[in-house]
Amino acid sequence: MRAALRRLAQFAERRLPALTRLRRPEPLPIELGRRRIYIVPTAFGLGFGVLLLVMLVGALNYANNAALLLTCMLGSAAVASMLPAFRTLDGLRLRGIRAGHALAGEPLELVLDFAAQRPRESVRLDCAGESLAFALQGTAELRLRLATSRRGWQPLPRLKLWSTWPLGLFRAWSWLHPQQSVLVWPRPETAGPPPVLPGDARERLRPQAGEELAALRDYRRGDAPRHIAWKASARHHDLLVKDFDRPEPRESWRLDWQALRALEREARIARLARWLGEAEAQGRRYSLQLPDERIDTGSGPAHYARCMSALAVLP
Amino acid sequence: MSSPAATPLDARSFDLVALGLAAVLALYLPQLPWWLSAALAPILALRWWRRRHRQARTPAWLKLPLLAALLLSIVSWYGNLFGQAPGAALAVGLLVLKLLETETVRDARVGMSFSCFALMAALLFDQSLTATAGVALGLLPPLAALRSLEPGRRPPSSLWRELPSGLGLLAAALPLALLGFLLLPRLNSPLWGAPNPGEQRSGLSDSMTPSGFTRLLVDDSPALRVGFDGPPPPPEQRYFRAYVMDRYDGSSWTYRDVANQSPVPVEAGQTVRYHISLEPTRQRVLPTLDVPLAAPPDASLRRDRVAMADKPVTALRDYSLESAVRYRLEPQLGPHRARWLQLPSGFNPRTLALGHAWRQRHGGDDAAIVQAALALFHDGGFRYTLAPAELGRDAMDDFLFDTHEGFCEHYSSAFTVLMRAAGIPARVVTGYQGGYWNALGRYLLVRNSDAHAWSEVWLAGRGWVRVDPTAAVRPQRISQGAAAAVPGQLPWYQSGWLQAVRNRWDIVNRWWNLSVNGFDALRQRGLLKPFGIRDTDASTLALLLAAGCVLCMAGGLAWVWRRREPEDAARAALRRLERKLARLGVARHAGEGPRDYLQRAAHALPAHHDRLIELMHHYLELRYAHPGPVTGPVRALQRAVRDFPVVRVVK
Repeated sequence: MRAALRRLAQFAERRLPALTRLRRPEPLPIELGRRRIYIVPTAFGLGFGVLLLVMLVGALNYANNAALLLTCMLGSAAVASMLPAFRTLDGLRLRGIRAGHALAGEPLELVLDFAAQRPRESVRLDCAGESLAFALQGTAELRLRLATSRRGWQPLPRLKLWSTWPLGLFRAWSWLHPQQSVLVWPRPETAGPPPVLPGDARERLRPQAGEELAALRDYRRGDAPRHIAWKASARHHDLLVKDFDRPEPRESWRLDWQALRALEREARIARLARWLGEAEAQGRRYSLQLPDERIDTGSGPAHYARCMSALAVLP
Repeated sequence: MSSPAATPLDARSFDLVALGLAAVLALYLPQLPWWLSAALAPILALRWWRRRHRQARTPAWLKLPLLAALLLSIVSWYGNLFGQAPGAALAVGLLVLKLLETETVRDARVGMSFSCFALMAALLFDQSLTATAGVALGLLPPLAALRSLEPGRRPPSSLWRELPSGLGLLAAALPLALLGFLLLPRLNSPLWGAPNPGEQRSGLSDSMTPSGFTRLLVDDSPALRVGFDGPPPPPEQRYFRAYVMDRYDGSSWTYRDVANQSPVPVEAGQTVRYHISLEPTRQRVLPTLDVPLAAPPDASLRRDRVAMADKPVTALRDYSLESAVRYRLEPQLGPHRARWLQLPSGFNPRTLALGHAWRQRHGGDDAAIVQAALALFHDGGFRYTLAPAELGRDAMDDFLFDTHEGFCEHYSSAFTVLMRAAGIPARVVTGYQGGYWNALGRYLLVRNSDAHAWSEVWLAGRGWVRVDPTAAVRPQRISQGAAAAVPGQLPWYQSGWLQAVRNRWDIVNRWWNLSVNGFDALRQRGLLKPFGIRDTDASTLALLLAAGCVLCMAGGLAWVWRRREPEDAARAALRRLERKLARLGVARHAGEGPRDYLQRAAHALPAHHDRLIELMHHYLELRYAHPGPVTGPVRALQRAVRDFPVVRVVK
């Protein structure tokens, strides 16, 4: 039954895109209006309608006007509940979508920013199998987790905003198809060799004398006597040691696309991604050389994100 | 869609569901046998407590025996499961038991839907204004419960705050509900069954025992509706005869139906033509105004001009008749005289003695004896009451000499016995008297509570003459109808100021009965009379209903689709100032900026110069000096504008 219904819906969507929920992607912000909010009775609403009909026939049959009045009242309230259902969605704005970062295969966090002038109750959002219910007063930020499968730009799926407020008898819904894509980073390989460093790397890393004085600090055992700042120590009762700005304890990595000629494309990307992750985790400085882009040496989350994004959008 | 329905209920929703069911149970209390209410209320309370405080489910081994016990007890109490009273008991019982297994959203929805149905069915028992208002209030918990089932709402802080939310919806629904109520075509005859199959709600019966009427006299349902050609007869002539009873056995009067006797002759003086629409009675008698001249179709006249239909009346029956309201019925009594003098032997010795005594005193003057009897009722300390004391074996003796209280049955019965004892041919006639003249629909609505019994005595030269001994006791019964006649038995709440309040309130009840409960097919047909449409038929009604629904829909959509632009507070204040200045004669030109305008106004109104310049600076600063919206200075501006005087300066 459910499968048949779904097939019917798919058929209708194919044949009657204007009538059904298929919408072209549109730029943000999206404001829901009466031209795009649909409303139908729910299964419960249909059942309630049948019950109302029975009540109506009973009241008419027994010529019981009080019961008839009550039935009319209940029926009109049921019908009138369409209006709050519509108003729950009408005028709702999706102002923006912020996407987090995620490796392919891991869920990506989306933050949807909704706003409305009137307070709303019981708005529901369906997105790619996930369902949320929220109330809204002014603005609301919703966090959604979007499943990802492969690297690169991934268009946002259609979002369904719907509500059965207030009585659950009618279901108003609207489809949102934001014209926005999220970038999914490549998934690093799980294990592999470390990057091959150029021969002079170690040489460059040796601590070099005569570097700039950075600070004075307390003497610790094992400090070389030539580093002791005697003049300064004379004015103190402890020995002070000159601390020099020392080079990185670890060598920086120059990650090069061309160096991995032996691997095929996706494997190269996965390896580079792993190296980037390791370098970032170990606090190294690193640079990335891609076929048509070069990212200079750097470190930190922003640098990492830039590198990963560059990897992600590789053709 | 299936998963939300299977989600478990939260505490608030469960509370509301339990409250809704408790409301149903409370509204049904008058209809349920006491033991059932006494059993169901603790079950409901216990179940609520156990789920809310113990998070416990009810095990199946408890549910099934409870269900079986419910069915068994109802069957053993009522004898069956069908019919209105056992049906109601069953429905309420099942609803309460439904709470035992209410765990999910779907259960709650089912329970609340059926409690709406049960609430409606409660009105089949009692459709007074108070009952209807109670039931309407009973709708609030189900509506609130259905709201609470929606996920992602902001629940109000307390349970009781949930309830008024439904009021808004009901208020919004009111126009459409009234439209539907007015225009839904009423059925002329029921599709199935009579309203109360178990109950003998048949109006009059062909035998009359004292106190047999009491049920009837409190039954407010319509019995017949009468339209007249010409003006309606005055209230004291609105006697609708049904049965003419001749046989008395000491306790009850009975009517003997003898077919194939030609009706007795009548000399008609003044006649009235009228049409009666009779509610189903499942009896054959057709009430007629006074003495009918001929039988309606599919019916015949019996000897005493009682109209009998060929088949019992099971559906609304319309018939037209011509009746004599001034007449001489059976001018010559002939050989039947003994039949109208029959009295059982060995009953009511004191009554018989009184009759004999009157005969002795007044000799041959029958009319004087009638007057003596009426005087006895009028001055003998008799009371009209619907709840008279019990009468013993010699019922008429007890009534006449002991209790002195009763209603029409007692008076007509006692009067007839007295007349017969005095040797005057007399008989009891039952039927309806009075009725409500509906000026709008131009018809007389006669209810079952208008049932009445009176007497006829045969006087030489005048034939059968109607004598209504009840009128001697309580003239209001005849002139104002049944309702006016019984403020007799006064419990504490019927005395003093409370009684005055209740009488006033009774107007509301009457209004409710007339306008809502009495709005039937006939009145619906006359709905458009003010607009010149004499007879509104079902198709017109349906058309009107459709048009009205479209109108309501348009109204609803207009409400829903309107977009209110949030107006800038500072600009609103400026606009208000403009209006004030316009009244002072300085209107803003099109294309004039606020600065130019206010400067011009300041020059034109030297009395307000400083104030206006200050306002201008204030406005301009608000408008252009702040990067974001500000509230404090806006308030100040609003206040300044509000305080700006518009009184013309007297020069």
